[in-house]
This record gives sequence, C-alpha cells and structure tokens, in this order.
Amino acid sequence: MKSLTLKNLLGRPVRTAALTALAALLSFAVFIGTMIVLSLGNGLDSLEARLGAEVMTVPYEAATKKKFEDVILQGMTGYFYMDKSKLDEIAALDSVGDISAQLYLASTGSNCCSMPVQIIGFDPETDFTVTPWIKKSGGGQLKELDIVVGSDLNAFVGDKLSFYGVECNVAAKLDKTGTTYDTTVFTNIDTIDRLIQSSLDKGMNDFKNLKPENIVSCLLINSADGYSPEETMNDINLHVKKVKALRSKNMISGISSSLDGVSGMIRTLIIAVWALGVVILLLAFTMSVNERRKEFAVLRVMGSSRSKLAGMVFKEALSVCIAGSAVGCVIGLIVLIPFGGAIEQKLSLPYLLPGPAAVLMCVGGTLILAAASGAAAAVLSAWRMSRIDTGLVLRGDN
Amino acid sequence: MKLSAENVTKEFIRKTGKSNHFSAVNDVSLTLESGRLTVLNGRSGSGKTTLLNMLSGLLSPTKGRITLDGEDIYALDDKRLSRLRNQRFGVIPQGQTAIHSLTVLENILLPFSLYRESGEAEQKYALELAERLGIAQLCEVRPAELSGGELRRMAIARAVIRRPSVIFADEPTGDLDDENTALVFGFLRELSAQGSAVFIVTHENNAAGYADEVYRMNGGKLEISE
Repeated sequence: MKSLTLKNLLGRPVRTAALTALAALLSFAVFIGTMIVLSLGNGLDSLEARLGAEVMTVPYEAATKKKFEDVILQGMTGYFYMDKSKLDEIAALDSVGDISAQLYLASTGSNCCSMPVQIIGFDPETDFTVTPWIKKSGGGQLKELDIVVGSDLNAFVGDKLSFYGVECNVAAKLDKTGTTYDTTVFTNIDTIDRLIQSSLDKGMNDFKNLKPENIVSCLLINSADGYSPEETMNDINLHVKKVKALRSKNMISGISSSLDGVSGMIRTLIIAVWALGVVILLLAFTMSVNERRKEFAVLRVMGSSRSKLAGMVFKEALSVCIAGSAVGCVIGLIVLIPFGGAIEQKLSLPYLLPGPAAVLMCVGGTLILAAASGAAAAVLSAWRMSRIDTGLVLRGDN
Repeated sequence: MKLSAENVTKEFIRKTGKSNHFSAVNDVSLTLESGRLTVLNGRSGSGKTTLLNMLSGLLSPTKGRITLDGEDIYALDDKRLSRLRNQRFGVIPQGQTAIHSLTVLENILLPFSLYRESGEAEQKYALELAERLGIAQLCEVRPAELSGGELRRMAIARAVIRRPSVIFADEPTGDLDDENTALVFGFLRELSAQGSAVFIVTHENNAAGYADEVYRMNGGKLEISE
C-alpha cells in the first residue's frame, strides 16, 4: 500500500489541489521576484564590466546634453564628435594610463540601412574593453568591413548587413549583457571611418564637412599607476578644453539607485506576499486538521502514536508545499525566459538573467523556503491534532 | 491474558453546574480474560464508553489502575502504549469511523499499514474477514459508497485484523438489522472462543445470550446484571 500520507493527499484531490495552488502562487511570487532582483543586479554588474574603463571622456556638449548617457544607458541611438587631437592631448597627461578612442555612428530606419542601430568603432591597436569581450564570445581579429553584433540583434555570423550603402559581414555575435550594448554593432576604426564617410556622402549625418580620420567620439581611459580615477578625471577636466571626463561608476550610480528602489520594492512585496501566504496556509492547515479530527481519532484508536500523527500532518504539509513550490518555480521560469525582454523594457534598467547555476540555486532556495513555511504553518496544526482527546472526539461526532 | 480495571475512577471537569467535577466512572473493578465474552449495558451517560476507553488505553483513569497481565498500561509512554493498542487491542468505536481516502480493503489493513507491516498473508486474512462479514465484494470501493451497516462491518474487520488479545466493541450493532446483528454477535463469540477476550458495550438485550458475563453501569458504578 502506498504511504498513508500519499493516500490522504490523493484521496482528497480538491483540498490537495487548492493547497498546492496556494503554495505554487507563493513560490511563484518569491521566485519571480528574486529572479528579477538578481537579474537587475546582474545587468548592472554586466554594464559596469562592459563599460570597462575607469574614466570616459566625451565632447563637452555630449555630456551636458546627456547624449552620451542616452546612448550608453538608455539605448537611444546617437553620435557626437570631437577633434582627434584631444586623444593626444589627454594621453600626454601623467595621470592617464591606458587610453583608447571610440567612434559612434547611428544608423537609421530608412532604406539606407538594414536596421536602426548604434554602431561603435574601436581601435584594435589600443582597445582594452571590446576586444576581450569579442574574444570571450568566440570572435577573433576583425578584418575590414567585419562587424560584431550584440546578442539581441537579429543577425548571425555569416550574415551581411548594409549601413549607408556599405555591406558589412557579421563576423561574431556577442554574449548577452542585459544592457544597451545588446543592440549595438561594433566594428574596427577603419570600417567605421568608411561608414561615417558614406553617411556624410549621402547627406545623412548631422555633422557636415567632417573628416573621419580626424575625429573621435569617446575616449576610454584607465588611470596611470599612482593615480586614482578621480584624480585622472579632475586632471582631464582641468587641463583639456571642450571635453568632459566622467567616472564610469558615477554614470551608473543613477541606475544603481533606481535599481535599489525597484529591488527594495520587490523585496517588500515578496515579504508581504509570503507573510500573507504563511497565514493563509496556517488557516488552511488548521481548518483541514479540524475537519479531520475524527479521522485522526480513529488512527489513534488503531494504535498511532501522537508523534506518528503529528509526523503525518507534517509530511502532508511538506509534500504539498514542495510540490506547489516546484510548480510555482516552473511557471516562474516559463514566464521569465520568454518575457525577460518585456520586463527589461518596462523597467528601463539593465536586466540580465543569471546563469543556470544561480537559477538552480534560486529554485532550491524557493523550495527550501516553501518547505520551511509549510512546516511552520503545519506545526500548530500538528501539535493541536496530537493533543486531541480520542474518546471525546469519537463520542462527540455520534 | 488478563486485563483488569482496579478501582478505576474517571472524573471530568464541567464548566457549568454546581460542582465542577463529575465522575463518569466511580471506583470500578473488572477483569477481562482470554476466551470470555463480557457484555456491558446501561443507560446513556452511565459511563459505559468511558470505562471502555479506559480499558482500551485511550483514556487514563483519574484514580486506580488498568493492568495487562499485571503491568499498568498507563505507566507506558505514548509510543509504547500506542504500539500495545495496535498489537494487542482491537477497538470497534461508535459510529462511522472509516478513513475516506482509503478503500475498504486498505481500511481493514490499516492497523498493519500504520506500521508498514502489511504483506500477502495479512491481505489474505483481510479478504477472509471481509468474506466472513459479507463485504468481500466491496473491498476495492471507497467508504463513501457503503451503507451504515457495511461500514460497521468494515470497522469490525479492521478491529480484529491483528487477531488482538482483547476486542472492545462500542455499540457494534448500532446500525445493523436483526440478521446482521446476529451475524456480528456470532462472529464476536467465535473470536472469543478462539481465545480473545471480548468486551461489548451495547443496548441490545439479546447480546446477553452470547455473553459469559453481563454487567450493567448505573451512574458510574458497575453492577453484575441478573
């Protein structure tokens, strides 16, 4: 015969289904909430890693009009330029260590381009931010007219994409970052020179009469040994005109505080839902035990000890909570994986699902929490039930 | 085997009335022995079921002792007393006492399956008992589909499945017609003849015809019935 616990659960399908659904709902709320909080934190870490430089320097106007932030943090397309001489000027400062230039270009949705995206050109000779990422994603050295696409772009290795009439080869696809870089196209400085020239030739660039070989959009800088990023930033802002140096960390601090707010709200909701759920489970188990007092009295008569009966109530509660929790986690995953993009858009924050190990840990944690809550809710019922006066119960019902 | 009540008293606390304490059973001594069938009758509220509950290890007396072969059963801890009830006592409680999530056969086997001791021999014996009590064709159905009389016979089979030393029956024929009443009393008499001590609490006058001893409870006191 199957265990009495299992028989009891299967023998009352409506009650079991209702309790399982309740546990599933609670676990779904906890799992999905935790995953969103983790994904937001992960997205922020990923953004920090992808910015990859301590200090970023852009044309003064790009910084004050927030054009740069819009491109990097909000996923808007845009471009801005400064004279390449700024690179040499800044590189000459004692506080500057690694320095590499990037060139920005935004394609449009018109028929000049395959898709409207942000295009960033980097210098493979000096780059220390994009190249390691390309290597990590399995890409190699870029040849002329080779491009690397972000993970959310609908293009794959071997595809051809056209920007301002220039056909480019997709040489690699980057790993997902959960940031605006997932919709960005990267290429080397020679290719982007060609693209900028082509946009100028077609009259589709706001900056007229530019010579691509003489411009840069952004300088990525790591401070020299003995200097702090703060000192390097101040050094640049003090000695180089018409540019604005920014600390990468400060740039994302706004995101970080929004993220703290959202995460805090989600955590509060999780706690509220869970506390309410434990109270509901407690009531449900208490009602269930009251309804089954006579059954428990019969088991006592048949020779069941108090501890055996309490154990049975406990096992039933644990089984229901663990099964419900597993269902809640599966539904959570079904919702999270396909709707991750929609959540990211709605929150307007970097959002990157954690890896399988972290997801499994989160599932495990939710199961343990559900089991612990079920056990806590069942303790009172089990204790009450173990104190029943068998004789009185049997007589009272007749 | 000898199960004895030695000057047992059971007092309950009432929330109303002049006195807080009331004695359901008052200074009763009684011995149940292997192979003997004892019938206890009396008016409702006279303390019959309370005495049965004390004898069967379900309710500890306020005063006095219940001994099984000289050992005070209420000196045992709950685990050991429960195991004793499971192995040596068979109780047919009042009213309907089926476990509704189990089939009739599973209900009959419950005293074994509580301790995961149910095997083929036990199943065979359960089927024999079901046959003997006229419920063999109902073994695979759930209690909800049974009549009151069928449920009562199922409870009887469940109480005797472990071949207990003592069988306690509290109004075992309450829901039964005359024919089934005779069948149940006959069956209990047979078990007594096979060596069990049988203790029946009943209102049925014809139960006396099956008994070795007949007692009467009157206001918590035990009297030998004429």
